[in-house]
Amino acid sequence: MSSVIINEVRPGFYLDSVALMRYSKSIAGLDGVEEAAMMMASPSNRQIMFDAGLLNDVSAGAEGGDLIIGIRACDANTAEAARAEANLILDQPTTSGQGETWRPKSIRAAVKASPDANLALISVAGDFAAAEARKSLRRGLHVMMFSDNVSIADELSLKQEARELGLLVMGPDCGTAIINGTPLAFANVVPKGGIGVIGASGTGTQEITCLIAQGGGGISQALGVGGRDLKDEIGGITTLMALDALDADPDTRHIVLISKPPAKAVADKVVARIGASKKTFTVCFIGATDWDLPANARFASSLKTASEHALGGKALFANFNANAIAKPASAAKVCGLFSGGTLCAEVQTLFINAGLTVMSNAAIPGVDALSENSTAHTIIDLGSDEYTQGRPHPMIDPSVRDQALATAMADPSVGIVLVDVVIGYGAHEDPAGHLVASLGASLSGSTLVIASVTGTDGDPQGRLSQISKLETAGILVAPSNADAAELALACLKLAG
Amino acid sequence: MDNNKTADLISKPLNVVNIGLEGFANELKQQDVSTIHVDWSPPAGGDPKIADLLSKLGT
Repeated sequence: MSSVIINEVRPGFYLDSVALMRYSKSIAGLDGVEEAAMMMASPSNRQIMFDAGLLNDVSAGAEGGDLIIGIRACDANTAEAARAEANLILDQPTTSGQGETWRPKSIRAAVKASPDANLALISVAGDFAAAEARKSLRRGLHVMMFSDNVSIADELSLKQEARELGLLVMGPDCGTAIINGTPLAFANVVPKGGIGVIGASGTGTQEITCLIAQGGGGISQALGVGGRDLKDEIGGITTLMALDALDADPDTRHIVLISKPPAKAVADKVVARIGASKKTFTVCFIGATDWDLPANARFASSLKTASEHALGGKALFANFNANAIAKPASAAKVCGLFSGGTLCAEVQTLFINAGLTVMSNAAIPGVDALSENSTAHTIIDLGSDEYTQGRPHPMIDPSVRDQALATAMADPSVGIVLVDVVIGYGAHEDPAGHLVASLGASLSGSTLVIASVTGTDGDPQGRLSQISKLETAGILVAPSNADAAELALACLKLAG
Repeated sequence: MDNNKTADLISKPLNVVNIGLEGFANELKQQDVSTIHVDWSPPAGGDPKIADLLSKLGT
């Protein structure tokens, strides 16, 4: 019997993407339902649903402000029952608004009600994010744009306008910030201290702030700038403003800058600004091997080394000995499956520095693009667009990694599976528990699983509790992402 | 930069207007951060081009 597709459009009905993805998953899990999605009807979402076989036609008669329900089921009765259930879920009152009698419908109304507001945190769909950021700036708010899929032209125009107004635009695609000790979006609970971080990378900032915390240091501020700020087109507008602010901040003694290798002309401006400061700096351009820096700055090629520099040269996890806990890998290939893009890049760096041949969907310089017949070690960023289009980020929903994990664990050429577990605000409530459940019986096989946990004990999930779950299941846990890479290298070496 | 107001942001209590994922507002409220969540829906009937134009016109 062929499948039945049912569509329903709910005009002008809005829910945020994380809520919709959670509801979609629950409908897709009903008996007899092959696939289901509830999405706002933007052209890109309609295409995703059409490609997934969830729309009878790509327009579905919907406008961008409408919500579409798409259900594919084994028969008409099952599909109708699922549609009824979907509508029931959509119509349930949200519990999160408890105690609130009024909610502003606009930024203007929000600022009127809260005149001391100083930051807009924007996570609407990318198509609308620039407009909301512009409105926020014109109301005098600094902006953190979590939203991605914002054009570089919009980014430039927003940052230019913000600079004129003296306001900071963190982002777009800014996942992490810590302001005055408050973690924003995907960030961790770390002590306050004298180290400021400026990050073009979310998970890079998370790993560094957490490693600094574990090394006994503290964070004054962690300001995100967005992954494209140091490109020629943007010219480092936010990075330079953040540098000015942290340079002038009496609570910041040392500044860490983390990014992919920047454009040369932008790097020159940033390096000149660093050289004009009386403070000390650590510069971590993940993927670069070295950088010409002024005397008050040191280059670090990994997140761990950057954290050690920031801690004044203190060696982190000196008691960790990868060789002592390494086990021989059963096969020659490492498969890295990462939720954090910069954690993925850090492992690539460490592997190529060790002389290994590596391929990745998010290749740093010196690493090959993915190729089916290659025997190179495979290091995947599961947070990149091809895995997350129409799906939540794996840090929110770790099941994005499940299929790739199962495939790697069943592949006889893979001896080691290397993963990250990122916790903190914004992240899944129990990623370690999910990972262990997903691996299931495959953990008793010959493939080694090596992990590290990016987070702190102050985080809602608790770092030690997450580590304990992994270790109890037989997963080898290293104290940092870089140490996890070293442990994988030690396991390869033992296997000869 | 003379008019860089970032110093104000990092020296004064954080006070957030959240537009988008409600979970972010809830997590900030759990941390006792003053937060107001905007009951947002796609403006201009969900047409991004018109929404962009309206924001430039200051509406």
